[in-house]
Amino acid sequence: MSSTKVQQKGLWSRLQAGSIEQLHVRLESLIVLLALCALMSVLSPFFLSVSNFMNILLATSTIGVLAIAATFVIGAGGLDLSLGSVMGLSGVVGAYVGVTMGLPAPVAVLACIAAGALAGFVNGTIITRAFVPAFIVTLGMLGIARGIALVISDGRVIYGLPSAMVYIGQGRPFGIPMPVIIFVVTAFVMHCLLAYTRFGRHTLAIGDSENAARSAGISVDWQRRLLYTLSGALAGLAGLLFAARINAGDPTAGLTYELTAITAAIIGGTNLFGGRGSILGTMVGALIMGVLQNGLNLLAVQSYYQQMAIGAVLILAVFIDQYQVRKETRV
Amino acid sequence: MSLLELSGIEKSFGAVSVLHGVDFSADAGEVVGLVGDNGAGKSTLMKIITGIYTADAGAITLGGEPLMHLSPGERRAMGIEMIYQDLALARQQDVASNIFLGREPVRSILGVPFVDRARMKAQAQQMIDRLGANLPAINRNVGSFSGGQQQTVAIARALTFDPKVVIMDEPTAALAVREVQGVLDLIRQLKEQGITTVLISHRLNDVLSVTDRIVVLRHGQAAANLVTAKTDMAEVVSAIVGGAGMPDAAAHEARG
Repeated sequence: MSSTKVQQKGLWSRLQAGSIEQLHVRLESLIVLLALCALMSVLSPFFLSVSNFMNILLATSTIGVLAIAATFVIGAGGLDLSLGSVMGLSGVVGAYVGVTMGLPAPVAVLACIAAGALAGFVNGTIITRAFVPAFIVTLGMLGIARGIALVISDGRVIYGLPSAMVYIGQGRPFGIPMPVIIFVVTAFVMHCLLAYTRFGRHTLAIGDSENAARSAGISVDWQRRLLYTLSGALAGLAGLLFAARINAGDPTAGLTYELTAITAAIIGGTNLFGGRGSILGTMVGALIMGVLQNGLNLLAVQSYYQQMAIGAVLILAVFIDQYQVRKETRV
Repeated sequence: MSLLELSGIEKSFGAVSVLHGVDFSADAGEVVGLVGDNGAGKSTLMKIITGIYTADAGAITLGGEPLMHLSPGERRAMGIEMIYQDLALARQQDVASNIFLGREPVRSILGVPFVDRARMKAQAQQMIDRLGANLPAINRNVGSFSGGQQQTVAIARALTFDPKVVIMDEPTAALAVREVQGVLDLIRQLKEQGITTVLISHRLNDVLSVTDRIVVLRHGQAAANLVTAKTDMAEVVSAIVGGAGMPDAAAHEARG
C-alpha cells in the first residue's frame, strides 16, 4: 500500500517537503545556488565581495521581473514568449514619450508599464477569445512588439531620458541600486499575490486542471486575460528598469531575455505544464542564472558560450523536473 | 413542485443533436437514478444543470428559481454540486485546496483579502473525518492518492458546503467492491439529511438498490420514468435498449 510508504519517508524527503511548505522553494534549487556560489568563490577571487553581489542583484533585477511574469503565466498552464520583445517595446515607448514628445517623467514611466500591459492584454484576448494557442500568439507578439519598437524609434537608440526617470535605474538610496529595491518589492508583492490570495490559488488551479477550475466556478478565460495583462505589465516594468539604467530607449533591448526568464522560472520549480510555481522559488532560479552569468563573466568566458550555457540549463532543468513529476504522480 | 425541475431541455454540439426536449425533476431528499446507453446524453444533461454546458432551449429551476442565466459558480453557491466522472481534481494541489477550490475562505490583513489556509485545513480534515475516509495525509498532493482516495476528495468537495442537490456521474465505476458499498451508504445518509441525489450509473444493481426513482434516457429523450419499488431489472433494461434484444440483455444484467 502507498499509505505505508508515505509514513516511512526519510530525512531527505522530509527536508524536501519542509522546504517547499515553509519556504515555497525547492530544496534542490537552493542547494544548486549555494553550490554554484561556493564553486565561483573558489574559481574567482573577485566573486566574494559586497560590490560583486550588488552587481549580481542589479543584473538579476531585469531578468527577475521577467521571470516573475513567466511564473504566473506558466503556472497557469500558459506561455509568454513575447516577454523580451515587450520589454524592449516598453523601454522605447517610455523614451519616446519622455524624450521625443518631451512629456514629464511620471507620464513616461506610466507609458512604459501601460505599453507592456496593453501588449499582454492583446495576447490574453486573442488566446481566450480567438482560441489561438498561447505559443503561437506570444510568438507572433514577439515579432510584432519588436517591429513596433523599431518603427517608433526609427531603428535608433533614443538617448537622454528625464532625470527623474534615470534615477529609477541609477539612483542608489542607502547605497542600494534602485532597480534592486524595485525588484525585491515587486517580488514580495507578487509572492503574496501568488501564494496567499484567491487569485494566486486559482492561477495554479487553472494550470493544474482547467476542467477542475471551470467546474469549481472559476471564470478561467477572464483570469487568463488578467494573467497575460499582468505578464505584459511586468515586462513593461522590466523595460523601464533597463531603459532607466542605460539612460536610453533601445529597440533591441531584451533580445532573448525570454529564454533566461523562462529558464529561471523553471529552475525555481515552476512546472512547465502549469499547476505549480512560487515567486520565491523563481527568485532562487533568477539568482542561479545571475550567479552563472556573473561567474562566467569573471572567468572571462566569451558571451557566446553563456547563451549556450543558459540553453543547456533550461533543458536540464525541465528534464529534472519531469523526472520528479513522473516519480511522484500517478498518471 | 419539485426542488429541481428541468423542462424541454435541448442541446446539440454542431450537427449532432444530443438532447431533444428532456423533462426531468427531483424532489428534496429524493434519490433519482439516471440510466441509459452510452451517448444517451446523461452527462450532457447533468452538465447543463451545473452550468458547464449551456442548453440551446428549455428551463431549469431550483426551488422555483430559474437557473439558466447563472454561471457555474453561482449555481454551486445555490447548492448544486456534481461529482464528475473524471473527478475534476487539481492533482498538484493538496486536499484542502481541492475541497475549497473556487470558494476559499479569506481573512483580511491590512485590507488585503488573504486565503485562510489554517481554516481551510481544519475544515477539510473535519470533512474527511466525517466521511470516515482513510487518506494518507491531508497536506499531500491529490495526484499521489489512489483512485478511491481521490474519489473521497471529490465527494468531500461536493458535501462541504451544505448542498441541496448532489449529482454523481459514475461514482462507483472505478471503485473496489468495499468502496462501492461506502458510496451507496453515503447516498442513503444524504437522503436522511434531505439532500437530493442524482445518480448516473451503468451498474443497474447499484441503481436499483439505492434509488427511489429511475429515469431512462434514450436517444436524447426521457424514455421512461420508473418508481424503483415497482420496477425490476427487466423493465429498466428494456427501457434502456428499447425492446429489441431485451431478453439477452436482461439475462446478462441479472447474472451480473
